[in-house]
Amino acid sequence: MSLLNLQLKVWRQNQGQPGHFQDIKASQIPDHASFLEMMDIVNERLIKDGGDPVAFDHDCREGICGMCSMTINGIAHGPEKATTTCQLHMRKFRDGDTIWVEPFRARAFPVVKDLMVDRGAFDRIQQAGGFVTVRTGAAPDANSILIGKEVADAAMDAAACIGCGACVASCKNASAMLFVSAKAGQLNSLPQGQPEKDRRTLGMVRQMDKEGFGNCTNQYECEAACPKEISVRWITKLNRDYALASAKEAFVGVQERAEGGD
Amino acid sequence: MSLDSKIPSGPMALKWSKHKQDSKLINPKNKRKYTVIVVGSGLAGSSAAATLSELGYQVKCFCFQDSPRRAHSIAAQGGINAAKNYQNDGDSVHRLFYDTVKGGDFRARESNVHRLAEESVNIIDQCAAQGVPFAREYGGGLANRSFGGAQVSRTFYARGQTGQQLLLGAYSALNKEVARGGVEMHTRSEMLEVVVVDGHAKGIVTRDLTTGKIEAHAGDTVLLCTGGYGNVFYLSTNAMGCNVTATWRAHRKGAYFANPCYTQIHPTCIPVSGDYQSKLTLMSESLRNDGRIWVPKNNKDIGKAASQIPEADRDYFLERKYPSFGNLAPRDISSRAAKEACDAGLGVGPGGRGVYLDFAEAIGQFGQKTIAERYGNLFEMYEKITGESGYKQPMRIYPAVHYTMGGLWVDYNLMSSLPGLHVLGEANFSDHGANRLGASALMQGLADGYFVIPTTVAPYLVTQTPGSVTTEHPEFQKALEDARGRTNRLLNVKGKRSVDSFHRELGLLVWDKCGMARDKAGLSEALRRIPELREEFWSNVNVTGSGSTANPELEKAGRVADFMEFAELLCYDAMDRKESCGGHFRTEHQYPDGEAKRDDENYCYAAAWEYTGDLSKPKLNKEQLTFEEVHLSVRSYK
Amino acid sequence: MKKAGAACGAVAYCQSELFPLMSAVFDSLFRFYASSIGKKILVALTGAMLVIFVLGHMIGNLLVFVGPDAINEYGHLLQTALHGGGVWIARLGLLAAVVVHVIATIHLTKQNRAARVDGYGKVASQVSSKSSRTMIWSGLTILAFIIYHLLHFTARLWHGFGGAAYEIQIDGHKAHNVYKMVIDGFSWAPASIFYVIAMLLLSSHLSHGVSSLFQTLGLSTHRSEPLFKKLGYAFALLVVIGNCSIPISILVFGYGR
Repeated sequence: MSLLNLQLKVWRQNQGQPGHFQDIKASQIPDHASFLEMMDIVNERLIKDGGDPVAFDHDCREGICGMCSMTINGIAHGPEKATTTCQLHMRKFRDGDTIWVEPFRARAFPVVKDLMVDRGAFDRIQQAGGFVTVRTGAAPDANSILIGKEVADAAMDAAACIGCGACVASCKNASAMLFVSAKAGQLNSLPQGQPEKDRRTLGMVRQMDKEGFGNCTNQYECEAACPKEISVRWITKLNRDYALASAKEAFVGVQERAEGGD
Repeated sequence: MSLDSKIPSGPMALKWSKHKQDSKLINPKNKRKYTVIVVGSGLAGSSAAATLSELGYQVKCFCFQDSPRRAHSIAAQGGINAAKNYQNDGDSVHRLFYDTVKGGDFRARESNVHRLAEESVNIIDQCAAQGVPFAREYGGGLANRSFGGAQVSRTFYARGQTGQQLLLGAYSALNKEVARGGVEMHTRSEMLEVVVVDGHAKGIVTRDLTTGKIEAHAGDTVLLCTGGYGNVFYLSTNAMGCNVTATWRAHRKGAYFANPCYTQIHPTCIPVSGDYQSKLTLMSESLRNDGRIWVPKNNKDIGKAASQIPEADRDYFLERKYPSFGNLAPRDISSRAAKEACDAGLGVGPGGRGVYLDFAEAIGQFGQKTIAERYGNLFEMYEKITGESGYKQPMRIYPAVHYTMGGLWVDYNLMSSLPGLHVLGEANFSDHGANRLGASALMQGLADGYFVIPTTVAPYLVTQTPGSVTTEHPEFQKALEDARGRTNRLLNVKGKRSVDSFHRELGLLVWDKCGMARDKAGLSEALRRIPELREEFWSNVNVTGSGSTANPELEKAGRVADFMEFAELLCYDAMDRKESCGGHFRTEHQYPDGEAKRDDENYCYAAAWEYTGDLSKPKLNKEQLTFEEVHLSVRSYK
Repeated sequence: MKKAGAACGAVAYCQSELFPLMSAVFDSLFRFYASSIGKKILVALTGAMLVIFVLGHMIGNLLVFVGPDAINEYGHLLQTALHGGGVWIARLGLLAAVVVHVIATIHLTKQNRAARVDGYGKVASQVSSKSSRTMIWSGLTILAFIIYHLLHFTARLWHGFGGAAYEIQIDGHKAHNVYKMVIDGFSWAPASIFYVIAMLLLSSHLSHGVSSLFQTLGLSTHRSEPLFKKLGYAFALLVVIGNCSIPISILVFGYGR
């Protein structure tokens, strides 16, 4: 095991106030530590020296909860492919490196503190249609809905999305299309999702627009940054589903979900 | 207070359906007058909140994460059991029930387990209808695998992320109800207190983790779905935020804490690599199908590369000790054997806490390609974390805390000893006894939330006048003051040590004295040192920042403060239980071959601990366990 | 219940009693335009029209290498098709395409800028091409070029293109001497240089735009996408070679002078 001496440029910000970069020395960092463990060490030292530790989101630290969210050297979740920040290890850096550590930046993801952002927009998009309306207890036997393995596997590919927001953070336009397309695409490609397909597509896309995300310009930075390697082909599908749903809405009518009522 | 488990009468297989028929109903018009508070949004919390809202109750759901989808249920890999018998291999509700009771080492309540097995089939139907992408056969039907040594294939799975897919299903149901207006979701909100009015749980106090605001919420019943307490060990496979605060605060208000000493250890985790280590990562146990576990025979070989240690100087200790099961010996036995080897100074890797899991022979026999097909993703994960290739040198593994079977005591209706407080999922103690079987945790969380609580909450609610208590009640004001006072106290210590340093010290102590193996001397020492450490914590902790903004240090401090109190109860329970069973191993109580020695005569009870106001004098209440269907027997893996 | 409301002010007008039957359809169409995907689909559709035009325009222009008669007759054909109406249908269609394409992209770009207020201190890209990141600038430059190009050859503002020197007779009808206009026009170095620069930018624009339109229209698949991508590059290359060959031959090699 070797030790690294690093120079961090860390974004510091309090909610609703302008932020700035702080230079923090991270010396004697074991290369076996994960990136977040490096941040733990840095914080431990900041506390010891009477400083203000850096706030960042994290939870499972095994790459599945989607809570960790740093943009490292300009790349969401850092340089390693298909890896969340919590699974990125310091051996990917070299002694003497300068590392920029920033929040996932987007107007739709306001900074809560330092590197923590509010990704509530993702929840609201899901609430706008990212479900199958089935009451508990009203489901038929699971094997009464047959789904070919190819379709099931493809839906699983989309369902692997952990909702971290790296797609938004890495997109030049802060677009949420990869997230929305994966979530809508999973259900839109399964038989269970067919009855509500148009309503779901229209609802989720409109909520996405309302949240202030940018537009997809087909540059695919999202796919490159995605820790779960969600394919941009889901965006193709969402574009198609949206066009068809819009046409249907215009000429036939798609009933939207009534608000509040039962 | 006496422990009335309220088990319905009648034959085991009919108890649940009889109970459903006998349970009181609330008419739809009245349901919307009741407010149900759900704390936690994992499998149990999300499914309960969604289903209760569908029924018409007003639901308020709280989670400390930034989205309900991030609850730690998400990390479960393996699968979910259900007695569907789609494989035609002789599975049935009774067999799942039997396996679970036996697997729990006869320390679970039979009636609850039977209900769990009955509901397992409905869970799969529900999840499939929600669009959970379970693995499928070419014909379009659901695929199953055998898991955790079960003799039937009853485990449903979604790649290596069944937990995430089931949670996303429950989360989608929750979103559906949030959109409809039935659920009010509060994210980044941590529960700090349960509010008790006239002996009933009538609300909670929370802290908004972005603004620091401490708020009160009133309801007609409170559901705690807040998971396990594995992080008392600091290092575990739990998420960093998992904590005991909600259940511990409820315990202090009158809910009994049952069987805290039942903690499950998972043998194939990636070992600790240094002091900075923040969590442990689990690798699927399936690795043991092809890997051989060994340590060097002699101390002189420690520090050498594995390849330089000749075959004759290697000790394949599981194969040696348990010739018929070998490397597939059960979790607890393999774990303890690894600990013994490391205690003897033969451990490998940094800090000497690791044993080799060697694939050289399997690669020689089947080729690297086949091994990669079987375990490729696990080898990748191992390499990502350790920087070493499991193909070129043996992996290093070490056991880690993974799941906690203990939790708040609940009756058949999932209500704790504090009236009005219901407890679901890993947070309660009910279904797994002393040991949980693989792929059963997801089943329990969803059974409780989707199918049990919607029925069993009504009998309590009908006894209550809806909305009878508001946050104006003096008890709410008092609880608010308590929570604010405690927060300020933490901020005002202004000592020298960080919160993490205390958590780490506590964890090491508890792991050492009350971890994989426990004895009287060690537990006595832990019981002496925990109060000292707690005292030091309250006089020397340094919680930076303020209470009026987002402050992760303050959040951690509150959780560690509760672990400091809980750890003592954990050790008292371990001390009391002078037998070895499931996840509790007392070295004084074992057979000569190292097998756990259960004492059914004296310890066939659930230990439900009551808070007396003095942490060092918890009061033990016993719920005697009776076994009508599954007869007490000794397990053997020789 | 149908939820009322859309982003566009015109909706209120459409929903007024003047068009009670049309209101639902218009409501949906305005919402379609108001949405991110809707605008992108319009950009892709208009882009597809313009791509086809670029190809046709280039093939026609290359007739200059066949000889004066070929290109002059081609010009005359365009002018007289459908009794002179064809050219106007094409012009109006192309104008509409350009207007929609430009307005929608400007609108999208403004939204994209607004979607990230605080930019990154350290900016990095992993896979996006420089062309894709400069679409708005290549596009606006091409727009400026189109205006210049129309004033140059269609409105014939300079070089006396409007005069009698550039008139010929084809089948007894008066026609433009397109050949001479091309040769003379590109003999002036600044025009040729601007033309070449514009074609390079157009090529950059097409290298992202062509494959992108298949994606936006929902036509890409795992298998077809790499093909569309190569098609886009090939088309961009073809356009730049084909179109630049004319001014370069004239200015540098003295073709037709």
